[in-house]
Amino acid sequence: MTSLTANNITVTIDGKTIVKDVSLNVSTGEWLCIVGPNGAGKSTLLRALAGLAEPSGTLEIDEHDVRTFSVRDRACWIAYVAQDPVAPSGMSVFEYVLLGRTAHLSLLANETQLDHDMANFVLAELDLTQFATRSVNTLSGGERQRVAIARALVQASPIILLDEPTSALDIGYSQEVLDLLDKLRREQKIAVISTMHDLTIAGQYPDRILMLANGSTVIHGTAHEVLTEEHISKTYGAAVRVINDEHGPIVVPRRHP
Amino acid sequence: MTKPATQRLSPIVWVACVAALVVTAILCVAVGSVAIPITDVIDVIASHLPWAHAIPDSPNATIIWELRLPRVLLALLAGSMLATAGCAYQGTFRNPLADPYLLGVSAGAGLGATIAIVSRHGHTSFFVPLFSFTFALGAVAVTYALGHSTHEGRSSATLLLSGVAVASLLTSIQTLIQQRNADKIREVYSWVLGRLGGASWDDLKMTSPYIIGCLIVLYQFRRVLDVFSIGDDEAATLGLPVAKTRAIIIVAASLGTAAAVSVTGLIGFVGIVVPHMIRLRAGSSYRRLVPLSILLGGIFLMLADLTSRTVLAPQEIPIGVVTALIGAPFFLYILGTAKNRDAS
Repeated sequence: MTSLTANNITVTIDGKTIVKDVSLNVSTGEWLCIVGPNGAGKSTLLRALAGLAEPSGTLEIDEHDVRTFSVRDRACWIAYVAQDPVAPSGMSVFEYVLLGRTAHLSLLANETQLDHDMANFVLAELDLTQFATRSVNTLSGGERQRVAIARALVQASPIILLDEPTSALDIGYSQEVLDLLDKLRREQKIAVISTMHDLTIAGQYPDRILMLANGSTVIHGTAHEVLTEEHISKTYGAAVRVINDEHGPIVVPRRHP
Repeated sequence: MTKPATQRLSPIVWVACVAALVVTAILCVAVGSVAIPITDVIDVIASHLPWAHAIPDSPNATIIWELRLPRVLLALLAGSMLATAGCAYQGTFRNPLADPYLLGVSAGAGLGATIAIVSRHGHTSFFVPLFSFTFALGAVAVTYALGHSTHEGRSSATLLLSGVAVASLLTSIQTLIQQRNADKIREVYSWVLGRLGGASWDDLKMTSPYIIGCLIVLYQFRRVLDVFSIGDDEAATLGLPVAKTRAIIIVAASLGTAAAVSVTGLIGFVGIVVPHMIRLRAGSSYRRLVPLSILLGGIFLMLADLTSRTVLAPQEIPIGVVTALIGAPFFLYILGTAKNRDAS
């Protein structure tokens, strides 16, 4: 089992502190969700974990300091799916998914048959084989998100970070992507950390939730502990009703009394 | 399991393009103010192969070997280099309009060459390439730094604009130096407009190691150029050391470009026209683009040179004028189609 542990992560960009003293821990098979109002620092925290922002504090995988890893080693451990993945024009889905093998190839090497087989296998697993020769920039939002997840799986890293994986998707596509992630983390023992806008989704799928406000942790715990009417009203300034459902709390907005 | 079309260039295309390159080269040697039979061309070239004995007694031998062949080979190498450098810049900058000419590299090379010509320390043939290389690299560094110093530093428009600014500045300094050294103006001017005409074996000996070396390096990076196409952040999370790799590619493309233009003078638009013509037919993967640019870039410039010396014969149109006449309209066409695909 692999686990990612971050302690007292602080990210300062251009003199402004975006993330303050956040600690978290996630192990393979687990799903941690980061929620918080706009500008709370969710994406920045995720970027710091992905190595795209320079944090202070400690960041370890199984007690190895991640910041001493080379870019390539780091990518073998942590995959990242951007909120709006770039879809280069004219690049086929197969070529795009194959990019996930970059970390496993030396700089000037070409992919081997094994890399091709892996890409084909993941495409088949995710029911994307019929898209293999399509150009990525012609895909719909839901297809594009699934293809980006396929690329992250081909990367074969035990930890996957996803920035708002459902933000561009309608309710049906959202559930499709979330069910897929849930299945993958359970079956393939992947640690998932995602940011999420929709609190009901955050309550239904992940194991634990970290709520941020102004870059600091408000509360970190299970969905039932975090998603209470009190916490949501304090953090978001929103009036909501929390309904308990068998998979977790459902958060419904209602008019301010 | 079905195997979707991979990015590699098929062997048939390789062979066809190499054959086209050889045929074009031989034709370009044969055609000119003195028409030479193709058999003579092949005889003369064959006689210079290391294992050949007989030197043919053809009156055309000197024209072929001392005049036409070096010129055609220089056009081939320069065309390959400029097209491939264009490819490399477009890939690393993620900008379909990036070109050695537009990023100020060529203007830098021009200034460097001018300084070397007017100061003349004796060995012009040594200092011109050295100065043009140094200034070319300096120019792209300044363009890059300016393009990224603004808040929208990652947009392709900012980069192009800073390239235009750097190029104008360097060109105006070059003009100033040129005006103050009126005695050398003819020499500078003929360099600026491109001068494949005086090409000699010495020119080839001097530049070909750089050009061939840089082409080999860029060819090795063809897969990496595809990784750049998803943007710096995502490429980094895939395990690509983005800044380091980009620096290597830009140094190789700039070194090769500087080596080429230091003997050919400024030849624009090859780096845009050739890769984009290939994209129309062969898609956007750099694994096809780079090898095809090497081969078709050479063919393109050999044919452009043929045009420059035959259309208004016995007068020659400067080669830079020919490529601009073809390239500028094509550039506008690309600008029109690029609008909706470079969303970043």
